[in-house]
Amino acid sequence: MSTVRPKGVSRRELGLSARQLALEAEYQAFAMQEVAPLAEQIDRTEEIPRPLVDRLASAGMLRGAAFDEPPDPIAHGLRHEALAYASASVEGLVNVHLMVTEALERWGTALQRRRWVPELATGARLAALAITEPEVGSDASSVRTRARAAGRGYVLDGRKKWITCGQIADVFLVLARCEEGPATFLVPRDAPGLRIEPIRGLLGCRGYMLAELHLDSCAVPADHLLGAVGAGFSHVATTALCAGRVNLAWACVGVGQACLDAALRHAGERRQFGHAIEDFELVQRILTRMIARIDAAFLLCLRASHERASGGAAAASMEAAIAKYFASTTLTRVASDALQLHGALGCSAEVPLQRYFRDAKIMELIEGTTQILETMIARQASSRARVASALGACAGNGREQSASL
Amino acid sequence: MNDGTVRDTVGAFLRGALRHNDLADEDDVFALGLISSMFAMELVEFVEREFGIAVESEDLEMENFQSIAAITRLVAAKSAVAGAARGMVS
Repeated sequence: MSTVRPKGVSRRELGLSARQLALEAEYQAFAMQEVAPLAEQIDRTEEIPRPLVDRLASAGMLRGAAFDEPPDPIAHGLRHEALAYASASVEGLVNVHLMVTEALERWGTALQRRRWVPELATGARLAALAITEPEVGSDASSVRTRARAAGRGYVLDGRKKWITCGQIADVFLVLARCEEGPATFLVPRDAPGLRIEPIRGLLGCRGYMLAELHLDSCAVPADHLLGAVGAGFSHVATTALCAGRVNLAWACVGVGQACLDAALRHAGERRQFGHAIEDFELVQRILTRMIARIDAAFLLCLRASHERASGGAAAASMEAAIAKYFASTTLTRVASDALQLHGALGCSAEVPLQRYFRDAKIMELIEGTTQILETMIARQASSRARVASALGACAGNGREQSASL
Repeated sequence: MNDGTVRDTVGAFLRGALRHNDLADEDDVFALGLISSMFAMELVEFVEREFGIAVESEDLEMENFQSIAAITRLVAAKSAVAGAARGMVS
């Protein structure tokens, strides 16, 4: 794989600040120097080498938003795009780690934040999110893993499956169901009653280091409950998923850009019928479709990150879902187009196209499948319309009255 | 903002957003099945923005959000704490 990234559109014209552009260059340099040379090995061995995880940590790639001054969700997005350009698997490790970090930063008590967040930021501990179960995927609020208060803590029983970075994470944010409602718990890797079983042989994103977690009377102290019982899905897990969707959308743009760069390079070099294939109109059509789709996904990512910076959590959740929906469905098409354009070469181990193609399918499935997002976005839009109308009613009620107090 | 105004504002918001015009102050919106996970986030955001308070981990108990009256009590309690803190600073 080339370690020189061709320049795409002029991002300065799209409103990125000088600081964001400088950070983007820094992230790209790190990704191309440290991650890209290992991408093929990670895909083949289904493992991210520990020294690379350490370098991610020392380069600040595992730091959450609480350490930003000022907070800059767009810069975060650029980080995910750059990492995924080099390796979707490595971006996945960073994403799940930051999803847990974000939930802790938002819903952790002061004590919990002091205890966990600095360790996560330095990479002293790696975190993973454990929501999905063998029988529960998109219907995440219906998890079957049970938690009950026992002594000075809680005891968890159940199974979690397809847990990204489950093989190496030091702590899991586990969604379970108490009698009173859903709740999330921080479960350290060495918690008694937790057994971790690696899952191998995935189609794509093969460096995700997936695992199945077996929680058999797994005991955690009371202060490992994150948020309140009853708010585990609606607030804590949703906060993590919202962050994860934006990050993943940016990652899809990164892989899509890698597909496009490879396609442009190949179309310029490959000659048939006495011409570079880029001269043929049907090839131009493929390239144009790829460029337009990736640029559109990039703009939706910008909007989603902008909403995280300036809007409320509900609006940010909606924009995150839209960005992830569009970017991930776009990526599967872009990766397919790039593969088509490469012909047999694209299916070989000589170029990374087949890896992009396999990774793209996984990225469309995780953090909300296309179908669940299609349902969710429409429902959320209806709900937000009612909220906007109700806020209008409030304006004619409390706000006017309070102004007169 | 006094408790009556808070109650009216919360009531207007919940009745409108949930399309439940006859929602009474003590009606349990969770028991009535009116709250989705998406709307739960909207509700927290509304309370924070409308009344200028920060909803924290400790406030996430369902009892604090289960009715118009419960939310009114939460706002009053949080406002009192914030007011006392401002008094200590000054």
